[in-house]
Amino acid sequence: MRVISCIAWSVFRESIRDRVPYNLVLFAVLLIASSFLIGQLTAGQDVKIIKDLGLAATAVFGLFIAIFIGIGLVSKEVERKSIYALLAKPISRPQLIIGKYLGLVLTLAVNVAVMAVALYVVLAYLTFTESAQFRAGWDAPGIDPALLKSILLIFVELMLITAIALFFSTFSTPLLSAALTFGFYIVGHFNHDLRNFEKVVESKVVASIARGFYHVLPDLSAFDVKTEVVHGLPVPAGYLAMTVGYGLLYIAILLTASTLIFSRRDFK
Amino acid sequence: MRRSTTIALGGVILACFAATMGLQMGRDRSYPRAERETDQIMYVRSGGAMQRLTLDFDALAADIYWIRAIQHYGGDRRTDTKRRKYELLFPLLDHTTTLDPYFKIAYRFGAIFLSEQYPGGAGRPDLGIALLQKGMAAQPTKWEYPHDIAFVYYWHLRDFKTAAEWFQRAASLPRAPNWLQPLAAGILTAGNDRAAARLLWNQILQSDEEWLRRNAERSLKQIDALDVIDQLQARVNQSPPPPGSQYSWAALVRRGALPGIPLDPVGIPFDIEPSTGVISVSARSPLYPMPERMHAPKP
Repeated sequence: MRVISCIAWSVFRESIRDRVPYNLVLFAVLLIASSFLIGQLTAGQDVKIIKDLGLAATAVFGLFIAIFIGIGLVSKEVERKSIYALLAKPISRPQLIIGKYLGLVLTLAVNVAVMAVALYVVLAYLTFTESAQFRAGWDAPGIDPALLKSILLIFVELMLITAIALFFSTFSTPLLSAALTFGFYIVGHFNHDLRNFEKVVESKVVASIARGFYHVLPDLSAFDVKTEVVHGLPVPAGYLAMTVGYGLLYIAILLTASTLIFSRRDFK
Repeated sequence: MRRSTTIALGGVILACFAATMGLQMGRDRSYPRAERETDQIMYVRSGGAMQRLTLDFDALAADIYWIRAIQHYGGDRRTDTKRRKYELLFPLLDHTTTLDPYFKIAYRFGAIFLSEQYPGGAGRPDLGIALLQKGMAAQPTKWEYPHDIAFVYYWHLRDFKTAAEWFQRAASLPRAPNWLQPLAAGILTAGNDRAAARLLWNQILQSDEEWLRRNAERSLKQIDALDVIDQLQARVNQSPPPPGSQYSWAALVRRGALPGIPLDPVGIPFDIEPSTGVISVSARSPLYPMPERMHAPKP
């Protein structure tokens, strides 16, 4: 466990050295600037749009970090040949994979947490500067704890994407890993359509294959509850728990597969 | 690289920028280019396709379409009357509400400005109703949508029976305000009545949305203008011009029929038709075009 936490900490420190936190500044500037500009353009919908923008930006920034750092976690060590020095130490390959994964998850957690705080600060500013009559027209309160439900699911989705990127990086080049992870991200969002494929095709075999893909490929659209929380609609705790559970199980599958592949790789 | 070289290169970059700006301004002054009139374009016409393309960023895409709808409406409204088209207003709002089916204000905005008589709006109450019915399908328990449909039937289509039915339907929904039920009954009996219209617009005037309140203020002024026109018309009819001459404000003031040239509630002089003496709101007035005439309240 100590080995894993040491590797995770070093990945986190490396991401700081790689100036990953710069994106937080960009995020803050984007939110603050838009909170001033959007009020002029949106006919009173500024709080809704700030929430949409904040949640979407959290997801996009996180996605880029997850993919572009995730794909380099293993392949960079191999390219630099530093993997030889690492494996010569008393570190097992599964420890290396899990440590690297947790390090990036820690980076993402810090990112998502800071972005959430920045979003709440901007929303608090808008809430306290608007009149009570204006606030009465909002679908949900400005400083709405329900936003955390969406932020939680975004974070679990990012953890899943990181696991996908890491999985590909154990056996592929960084460019191909990035392309495949993006591919999985897009397919993951269309995946839900495969569930009801029998309504589109007559062949039962094709419909069964489509349903099989629905279960095998990651179902990423389930992690999107942004619209619901922004409009103050209920997101049941059961739905949250099941989706988080699904995400964690899928991550476990990917990490196990990554460990298996990486353990069998020959670096001679 | 030495510090002095860096500063010198920075200076070169700045000088080149200054030169390009100078050339650009000189060229634009010497060879002015005609402003290109570009039609606004919607590249993706299908809301469903756009929903797929945006992955799970559909709410943000809805916001972008909402901003485009506002800009499109505002932009067209500010152009001169002949160039107003509002042709993209419905597709933009349709996309907005497909991407975010709970975007309440987009449905309500559509109801008001798609239905409003051209050139103030698109003059398409049918599209306004279609958009609101889409909102009802997404959130069947919201009383605001049937209320707005009723309003379009009442104010724009002058179909009081259908309007009363929709008000009734809105009144039956949860959290509907208690004034809806008597309003439905009142409209069914009084129909084309200014008092009912005033009541409705006064309710909208309480809205949280500024643009809804502005629209309500304008409509209330239009109703005030109708009241003023009724009073003026009676006085003008009592003071016909001498044979061979025509109606004019100046002549009426000279004859003492009026204390001065009458102004509408926003301060623009009313028009008077020279041969018949019929009074109307000027086309220059922000209140133009006026709603169809409504009955004055019974004393």
